[in-house]
Amino acid sequence: MTIAEDDHPAMSQTTDTDLTSEGAQEMEPRPIAGGVEVLREVGSVLRMSESEAEDGGPGTPDDGEEPDDAETTIINMGPQHPSTHGVLRLMLELDGETVLRTKPVIGYLHTGMEKTGENLTYLQGGTNVTRMDYASPIFNELVFCLAAEKLIGVDLPPRATWIRMLMAELNRLTSHFLFLATNGMDLGSSSMMIYGWREREEGLRILEAITGLRMNHNFIRVGGTAADLPDGWRERLAAYLQTIPERLEEYEALMTHQPIWRDRLQGVGTITTEEALALGATGPILRSTGYAWDLRRDMAHLAYDEVDFDVIVGTYGDSFDRYAIRLNEIRESMRILWQCIEKMPDGDYRVQDKKVTPPPRGRIDESMEALIHHFKIFTEGFKVPEGEVYAAVESPRGELGCYMVSDGSATPYRMHIRGPSFVNLQVLPHLMHGGLIADAVAIISSVDPIMGEVDR
Amino acid sequence: MADPTDAPQEPAGPEDVPEAELLHGVPVTYSRGQRVAHPSASELVDLVRTLHGEGWIQCLDLTAVDYLANPHRTLPASLDPQRFEVVVTLISHRERERLRLRVQVPEDEPVLPTLFEVHPGTEAMEREVFDMFGISFEGHPDLTRILMPEDWQGHPLRKDFALGRIPVQFKGAPSSR
Repeated sequence: MTIAEDDHPAMSQTTDTDLTSEGAQEMEPRPIAGGVEVLREVGSVLRMSESEAEDGGPGTPDDGEEPDDAETTIINMGPQHPSTHGVLRLMLELDGETVLRTKPVIGYLHTGMEKTGENLTYLQGGTNVTRMDYASPIFNELVFCLAAEKLIGVDLPPRATWIRMLMAELNRLTSHFLFLATNGMDLGSSSMMIYGWREREEGLRILEAITGLRMNHNFIRVGGTAADLPDGWRERLAAYLQTIPERLEEYEALMTHQPIWRDRLQGVGTITTEEALALGATGPILRSTGYAWDLRRDMAHLAYDEVDFDVIVGTYGDSFDRYAIRLNEIRESMRILWQCIEKMPDGDYRVQDKKVTPPPRGRIDESMEALIHHFKIFTEGFKVPEGEVYAAVESPRGELGCYMVSDGSATPYRMHIRGPSFVNLQVLPHLMHGGLIADAVAIISSVDPIMGEVDR
Repeated sequence: MADPTDAPQEPAGPEDVPEAELLHGVPVTYSRGQRVAHPSASELVDLVRTLHGEGWIQCLDLTAVDYLANPHRTLPASLDPQRFEVVVTLISHRERERLRLRVQVPEDEPVLPTLFEVHPGTEAMEREVFDMFGISFEGHPDLTRILMPEDWQGHPLRKDFALGRIPVQFKGAPSSR
């Protein structure tokens, strides 16, 4: 039902809210100049190799725009810096306290997961991709399975789709709470770190009750999910959701309405819509510039066209907008979760297609064929028809895509994940340019990169 | 290399489109309902620039595939399959549609013009393709390795790069190679 929809021309229809008597209004893009012209290209991105850095300075400037070597300092930040969210390393060119050019240096967490993925079956692939963006593992599994299902061409039962949506939104909550915790910590609010972590752990406990694991669930499988929702999930989830609004009010008091917090974030690390689009940025970074683009609404996958929620946008494209967007997206995710509790359809949690779904446990005990079938699915895997597809979902960080090529065997011929963090990291030099070194930590935090996904 | 376009090997799919469909003079196929254009290396930048003016304002993804071990694939009859294929995904927010471009890149001359001038966001993705597949992008401002160490030998995502038997090495550590 929802497998092929996000690329299908029929889905390009606008929704009612976008239409006025003069046609689609909201999404008409402003005139967008060519990419390079709109960028503050000169002086933002530091392009220097390791050996050049060791020799003690940037290459000879040839356009005369860059400042004199003698007045600038190159310093290194990370990869072990506590505020670089893992192993991000930055080479910063400073003029006094002002950041001129930045080069993000990545690859410290590279483990060749795309190569590994070529040697795992479609059933095992979930355990691989779920470790990429470890703060939102459900989305990685989801996009991997959507791509494989598009190749196979299976239609999911509605309950499987709704369970996936419920898991995805619950995961968005825990991911955004992680952002609030680390953003608070980076800006010196250690109370916020503890609060954010507390709410995240509560959410992870529900994920654990459903999937069996706190993280790296491998719960979403090709053809549905690994299991049905456990008994009592409604009450447990509802109890969790009821605690959150009050706590979000506390966060507002602690951070949003606090002058120090606003001074640290407002106007810091600004970016325009044109720049964000040219640099490929998606998710909260693009929305913070006032550009309402959310795949959940605009190219609905799963059952997002059947639930009611708002797309949160900012105005100034600064760090404060990115913080506020994520905070309010928690509220929108809660709205979706309440609707999931209300509308969760009955039925099967996985497609009864013998090709991709192992036989039920009871059948294995009585039927030799079922036992063999079960064994073959888990050892050899199932074959996927030849072809190539791209599937995408809106992860908490932006468009998470999966490009998959099958040669007709049981393992993907090529499996590429388009990580939103990897692409979003390119806006960092432009956000930092001209700011103070003291703001660098706030800006890195507001981009919310997950290095597991950047390096893969 | 066998020419797979002779035999009708179209995978099962309802959308068989007449061969004649063109997008700005570039042949178009459909893959699971998704429109795919197949520009040549010399047509690529002009096509992307033209499409940019038509509302394909964001380049979401740029990656590559090494078809060394799997020469079969659906291509328009006018194109010769090559070992590498660079895959570009564009999006039009107005049409709410994605468009895929697949460019054949020969093994003996793995060079493409860069898309940096049109979509600066391809900078990191082109570096990744260079790092992983050894395909160079002419005109790229900083074509260096991005994920692997700078002194690494070989391109890991090529199909003839062995999996798993290479000891992890860092600069300064004694090398067994």
